[in-house]
Amino acid sequence: MASVTIKQIHKHYDDFHAVKGVSLEIKDKEFVVLVGPSGCGKTTTLRMVAGLETITEGQIMIGPLVVNDLPPMDRDIAMVFQNYALYPHMSVYDNMAFGLKMRKFDKLEIKKRVENAASILGITDHLNRKPRMLSGGQRQRVALGRAIVRNPQVFLFDEPLSNLDAKLRVQMRIEIKKLHQRLSTTSIYVTHDQVEAMTLGDRVVVMKDGLIQQVGEPLELYNAPANKYVAGFIGSPAMNFTTVQVTNEGGVLYASNPAMRIRVPNALAARLGAHAGKQATLGIRPENLHMATGADNADNSLTAIVEVSEQLGSEVILDVKVADGAMVASVEPTVRVKPGEPVKLALDPSGLRFFDAVTETAI
Amino acid sequence: MIEGAAWRRWVFFRFPVAIFLIFLLFPFYWMVITTFRPDGELYIPWYRANYKPLWTWNPTTAHLKYLFGETTFITWLWNTTFIAVVATAISLFCGVLAGYALSRLNFRGAALLGTTIFVTYLVPQTLLFIPLSEIIRTYSLGDTPWSLILTYPTFLIPFCTWLMMGFFKSVPKELEECARIDGATRWRAMLYIIIPVAVPGILSAMIFAFTLSWNEFIYALVFLSSPEQKTVPVGVISELVRGDVFFWGPLMAGALLGSIPVAIAYSFFVEQYVSGMTGAVKG
Repeated sequence: MASVTIKQIHKHYDDFHAVKGVSLEIKDKEFVVLVGPSGCGKTTTLRMVAGLETITEGQIMIGPLVVNDLPPMDRDIAMVFQNYALYPHMSVYDNMAFGLKMRKFDKLEIKKRVENAASILGITDHLNRKPRMLSGGQRQRVALGRAIVRNPQVFLFDEPLSNLDAKLRVQMRIEIKKLHQRLSTTSIYVTHDQVEAMTLGDRVVVMKDGLIQQVGEPLELYNAPANKYVAGFIGSPAMNFTTVQVTNEGGVLYASNPAMRIRVPNALAARLGAHAGKQATLGIRPENLHMATGADNADNSLTAIVEVSEQLGSEVILDVKVADGAMVASVEPTVRVKPGEPVKLALDPSGLRFFDAVTETAI
Repeated sequence: MIEGAAWRRWVFFRFPVAIFLIFLLFPFYWMVITTFRPDGELYIPWYRANYKPLWTWNPTTAHLKYLFGETTFITWLWNTTFIAVVATAISLFCGVLAGYALSRLNFRGAALLGTTIFVTYLVPQTLLFIPLSEIIRTYSLGDTPWSLILTYPTFLIPFCTWLMMGFFKSVPKELEECARIDGATRWRAMLYIIIPVAVPGILSAMIFAFTLSWNEFIYALVFLSSPEQKTVPVGVISELVRGDVFFWGPLMAGALLGSIPVAIAYSFFVEQYVSGMTGAVKG
């Protein structure tokens, strides 16, 4: 087990700056997820930790050791690839034993470790099969098994679940979580799926364009996004954004646009005060919108026209049109509305987030 | 497959395939029939009443006996095998390593080097033998098997390199990366992972290289002179065509026996060969 320290690393390809000064401190036994859209530099960062890409600038340490110039084999890491990368000409057993054979473990020890890993992952019956005879989920288990037999200091996962179908993905996600609870090996997990990031990570690192946007625990990212990008990326359906004019009317702050005129709750008013008279971006999550009741008034509600209503059983997702754009609301499953019907939606004041209109950072 | 009525299958599939097969196999048939046809039938003009070009009722082994008794055909066969095997081995070894390097080690100028190697393959042998014969003479290699073993790689290595380059590119690079994380050096990852996965490609390169050297004519004609050094293609032509007299029977017997080893090599590896040509790596 070991910590991983990434200090101001950069990666330049010929004329492309893929990673622009990423710094990250990963504690021993921690499960850290790097998440972001494709091309954000998350995989490149992971590959630099693995030693599969050279580091243009900066430093990576595993434990106390600077590994910048160490070949992958000497870093004591294991990696699970998106396409599994199982050796097609070897049986499952040999696939899992390969790393140990290369490191010259004795036969009995190899057998013990492979069988142990196979039983943890439930693939004992398939040890003599070739990878092409296995299903996607079984292949993924073999790939995990190949990583755990070595008992490395750090696990690296490169989008390991994206080749699986939705149901299997959920199942394997839970397996990975269990595996980590059992082995407590420091893990770095790359994904573009925010649900995986939220459910797996002790901490989540949101990246975009080669830069870290925010590092934090899943709930921290959800409740206190550092900027508009993180706010929109975390959560599903995504947060609604709308541009508002902030005005100070006799000591009370209002955020208004053609669709609504919201009274800013006191808790936020202090921070938003400096923006009075300027524009800001208002963010509100779909789950912080509900059908207006008698307790709601003009200060926290808006009128919208339903475009699509999606019944999910546990909730209803409403795609609605408001004066200057579209919004998504997640409302109670009992709500029945037809397309074209006007509805009155109320905002939960504690769910309001404001972002600077120019810098997009949270206010 | 062709869908629909039975006549459609006949018209658009079976009939064209039959024509194609006849067209392809007729030369072999002609070779076989001529091998076993007595001289008396071979040299009669086509307008005679008893002229039966496609069949014989009096098969003979006289031509085979002549080929084995009166010429050094066995020696030619041995020479050809030896030269083809050694030249193929050298070319495969170089081709596999070069193909791997050009497709996987991203060194400066790799693409340029790959193209250059390909261009050398495009230089026609009919031009290349002129400078090569000068080299062969300088090193006194003329009239020895080595004159061919060392010159065949001039076209076999580029060929193998290109074929292997394409094949290695189709092997997912994660396999190798994973092996290197698993504790293998680049060399061992190549040896234990990449090469075993590339076996179909290596086999197709091998069959191709073997066939090319087996059938090669012009270098063998130029660099070898004494009858006991010759290869099958050259030996048969030079010993069984005297002036304007063609000894058709022994000639065809030689051609037939000369094509059998290649046919065996093909049939033996045909499955790997096909998957090699289509670049399929089943993972």
